[in-house]
Amino acid sequence: MIKVDHLSKSFGKVKAVDHISFEVMEQENLILLGTSGSGKTTTLRMINRLIEPTGGKVFINGENILDQSPEVLRRGIGYVLQNNGLFPHYTVAANIAIVPQLLKWDKKRINHRVSELLEKLRMDKTFLNVYPDELSGGQQQRVGLARALVADPPVLLMDEPFGALDNVTRSKIHAEFKALDELKRKTIIMVTHDVQEAFELGDRICLMDKGKIIQNGTPTELLFNPANSFVKDFLKEQRLLLEFKAIRLNDIWRYLAPQTPKQGSVDLHGDASFWSAIESFKFVNTEHLHIKHHQKDEYRSAGFEELMAAFYQYKKHQPHE
Amino acid sequence: MNEQQTLWGFMAQQSDKLLTQTLQHIGLTFISLIIAVLVGLPLGILIARKKNLSGSVLGIAGILQTIPSIALLGFMIPLLGIGVKPAIVALLLYALLPIIRNTYTGITGVDAAVKEAAIAMGMSKWQVLFKVELPLAMPVILAGIRTATVINVGVATLASYIAAGGLGEFIFGGISLNNTNMILAGAIPAALLAILFDFLLSLLQHLNLKKLKRAAIVLPVLLLVMASFYFIPSAYGDKLTAGFTPEFMGRQDGNLGLQSKYGLKIHTIVISDAIMYKAAFEKELDVISGYSTDGRLKAYGLVVLDDDKKIFPPYYAAPIVREDALKKFPDLEKTLNMLSGKINDSLMTDLNYRTDYLHQSPERVAKDFLIAHNLWQPQRGGNGGIVRIGSKIFGEQYILASMYTMLIKGYTNYDVATKTGLGGTKICFDALTNNQIDLYPEYTGTGLLAILHPPQKTIDVLAGDRDKTYIYVKNEFEKQYQIKWLQPIGFNNAYALMMRKKQADELGVKTISDLKEYLERN
Ligand SMILES: Nc1ncnc2c1ncn2[C@@H]1O[C@H](COP(=O)(O)OP(=O)(O)O)[C@@H](O)[C@H]1O
Ligand SMILES: [Mg+2]
Repeated sequence: MIKVDHLSKSFGKVKAVDHISFEVMEQENLILLGTSGSGKTTTLRMINRLIEPTGGKVFINGENILDQSPEVLRRGIGYVLQNNGLFPHYTVAANIAIVPQLLKWDKKRINHRVSELLEKLRMDKTFLNVYPDELSGGQQQRVGLARALVADPPVLLMDEPFGALDNVTRSKIHAEFKALDELKRKTIIMVTHDVQEAFELGDRICLMDKGKIIQNGTPTELLFNPANSFVKDFLKEQRLLLEFKAIRLNDIWRYLAPQTPKQGSVDLHGDASFWSAIESFKFVNTEHLHIKHHQKDEYRSAGFEELMAAFYQYKKHQPHE
Repeated sequence: MNEQQTLWGFMAQQSDKLLTQTLQHIGLTFISLIIAVLVGLPLGILIARKKNLSGSVLGIAGILQTIPSIALLGFMIPLLGIGVKPAIVALLLYALLPIIRNTYTGITGVDAAVKEAAIAMGMSKWQVLFKVELPLAMPVILAGIRTATVINVGVATLASYIAAGGLGEFIFGGISLNNTNMILAGAIPAALLAILFDFLLSLLQHLNLKKLKRAAIVLPVLLLVMASFYFIPSAYGDKLTAGFTPEFMGRQDGNLGLQSKYGLKIHTIVISDAIMYKAAFEKELDVISGYSTDGRLKAYGLVVLDDDKKIFPPYYAAPIVREDALKKFPDLEKTLNMLSGKINDSLMTDLNYRTDYLHQSPERVAKDFLIAHNLWQPQRGGNGGIVRIGSKIFGEQYILASMYTMLIKGYTNYDVATKTGLGGTKICFDALTNNQIDLYPEYTGTGLLAILHPPQKTIDVLAGDRDKTYIYVKNEFEKQYQIKWLQPIGFNNAYALMMRKKQADELGVKTISDLKEYLERN
C-alpha cells in the first residue's frame, strides 16, 4: 500500500532522516516510535509532501507521490496533528467539512457525513455549531480525527495525535480508537514517542533513532526478538505491561482450557491483547471469560488465574527469556 | 459659558461650511485609507511570504512615517500640484506603515499548526491565504487600519494648506484670525471624528471571529461610502472656482462680506497664500483673494476686480511718526511728505514686481523710482541727528523705507538708521510706541482694525471710505498714542478679488458685482 524507499532528508548538515525504507500493508497500523529528534515527524511529513525529500521515493498504491499535484495527493490522505490544528474561526461542523468542501461535495452529503462521524465519535449533535476553543482537549482531538476521516481517505497519517492529552483521556481515546470501525479499514502511519501507546495501537512498529530505523517488526518480535541492545533498552521500562499489551489471546491459545460453544456468550476474540482480557474483568461481571478464536470456530474459557498461568507458560517458551 | 454660546453660535452660523468641511474631511481620510489598504495589504502579505524583503519594506514605510506632515505636503506640490491629489497621496503614505506592519505581524503570527493543517488537507496557497491566514490575522490587520484611520483624521487637517479642504480650513483660518471659536469649530469635530472612527473600528476589531465574515463584506462598502463623502460638497459644479486664504474666509472684510454684501455664490476652496497666485495663473483657480499691490499680480497677468460696494476697507499707506520726533527733526515732515500722492496702485505693484520677481534690491528699486520722478538728490552727509526708520518684513515696506532713507539723506542734514524686518504689525507698532524707532509706513485699514479695534458701529460709519478712515485713524492715533499720520502715499494695498486679465476681459467682468451677475446668469 505504502512503500518508502531509501528516503532521506537533510536540514543543512543535520541528517533528519537517513536512507530509510519500509512498507505498510493495506489496513495495517504502523507506528513510528522513537525519542524526540529521531526523525519521525520528518518521515511522516514527506509522505504527504509537507516536506520534499533530499533523496529516495515514496509510493502509494504503486504510484510515486511526486507524480500527483501535492493538493490532490493531500486530499486523499488524512492528517492528524498533535496540536490538532483546528481552525479557530470555524465551527466544529465547518472544521470537519473542510476537505469535502475542497472536493466540492454537495451540501446534503457533507451534512450527512459530518453528523454520521460525530455520532461515531460519540459527540453530541449540539457540538456542531460550537467553536474549537469551547471544547476540551479530548473533544478537540476527536474533531481533528473526524476532520481527517471525513472524506474516507484510504491512508491516515497521525503525528503524536494523543500526545497533548492527560493519561485518563488518552486511554479512553485509545479504546475508542481501537473500536472505531472506520479506522479498521485504514492504512495508518502513526508517530509516537510513547512506547505503551505504540504497543497498544500498533500492528507493527518501526523503532527509529538518529534518522535510521533500528528495528521494524510486530510488538512481540520487538519484545522477544530485539535486533540489538538499543531495542532491548528502549523497551526496558514497564516491560511486563508491554508484554501484556503485545501478546494476543491467540498466542496463548494452546495453554487455555477448551470450552463448548453453547454455554454463554462470547466476551472476547482471539486477536484481543492479553491486556484487554485482564482489563475486561473490570467490565464483564463474570469469573470466566469466554473467548472465540478470531479465525477458527474454537472456543476457550478462562478465569484470571488461568489467564496469568497461560501467559507465563507462553513466556517460558520464548527464545530470549 | 459665554464662550460656549458663541462657539455654538459660530457653528450654527457656519453650519453649511462645517458640514462641507466635515464631509470633505471624512472623504479625504477614507479615500486615502482605501488606497492605503489596497497597497498595504498585498505588501504586508508579500513580505510575510518573502521574509527577506520585510526589513527594507518596513524600513521605507517607517521613514515615510517620520517625514513631518507639512514637509511631505510640500514635496507633493511640485509633483502633483495642489488640491486633492497630493493630499491623498500624502495621507496614504502615512497610513501605509501601520497597515503593512500589522498585516505582516498578523499573518506571521498565525498558529503554525493551523497553517500546517490547512496545507495538509490539500488547500492551495490562495485558499490558505483567504480561508486561514487573512481571517485569523484580521483582528491584527484591523488594529492597523484603526491606527491608520486615526492618523489620517489628524493629518487630513493639514490638507487645507494645499486646497484639499477639510476641517483644517476652520482650524488654520481660526489660527491666522486669532478666532478661538473658529479654531474650535474645526478642532472639535476633527477630534470627535477621530474618537468615533477609533471606537467603531475597535468594535469591529473585537467582533467575534464568527461575525468577522459579515464584517469583511460590510467594511469595504462602508469605506467606499465614507470615501464618496468627499465628492458630495463639490457636486454642485460651478464654472468658476475661487481660492481664498483661510484668513480671508473668516473675515467680515473678506469672504463673509462677499456673501452678505454682494450675495456672491462661488465654488470656493481654501488655499495658502503662498501658492494661490500661481494656481490662478495655471488656471486651477479663477478668482483669488489677494493684496491689490502684490507684485505677483503683474507677474501672473492678474487684474483686480473693483470693489464697487466697498466691503474691503481702504489700506492707504502713509508714514506714521512719533510727535516728539517731528519736533526734534523739524525738516522731517515736509521731507516725508514729498512722496505723498506719488505712487498709485499700479506703480506700487510694478515696484513690488521688481523686488519680488526680478529680485532687484529694494534700494535700487527705490533709487530708480526717485530718479525717474526727479526726487533724487545725492547724500548731504549731514550730522543733525539720526532718524530711526522701521519697516515690516515684506518687499513693499523695504522699498518705502529705502525711499525715505534716500529722501532724508538727500534733502536734510539728518542721518538715518534703519530697522527693517520688524515682523508683523504688532512688533513694528510696539517698537514705535516704545521709542525704538521714529517712524514706519503703515496702512489705514491696519491702523483701524488691527491697532485701534473700534466697535463695529464705528467701522460701519466709516463704510470703507478712504478719507473718513484716514481722518479717523489720524485723530485717534494722535489722541491715544501721540503718533502722527502724515499724508498718504497714494496707493491702496487692500484685500482684493482678482482674476486672470484675459478671462476677466472675455467674461466682461470688471467689478465684483459683475462677477456676481455673471455667476447668476450662467
Ligand atoms: N525545518 C527544520 N529545519 C532544520 N532542522 C529540522 C527541521 N525539522 C526537523 N529538523 C531536525 O531534524 C531532526 C528530526 O526532527 P523530527 O523529524 O521533528 O523528529 P521527531 O519528530 O522524531 O521528534 C531533529 O534534529 C530536528 O532538529
Ligand atoms: Mg515530532
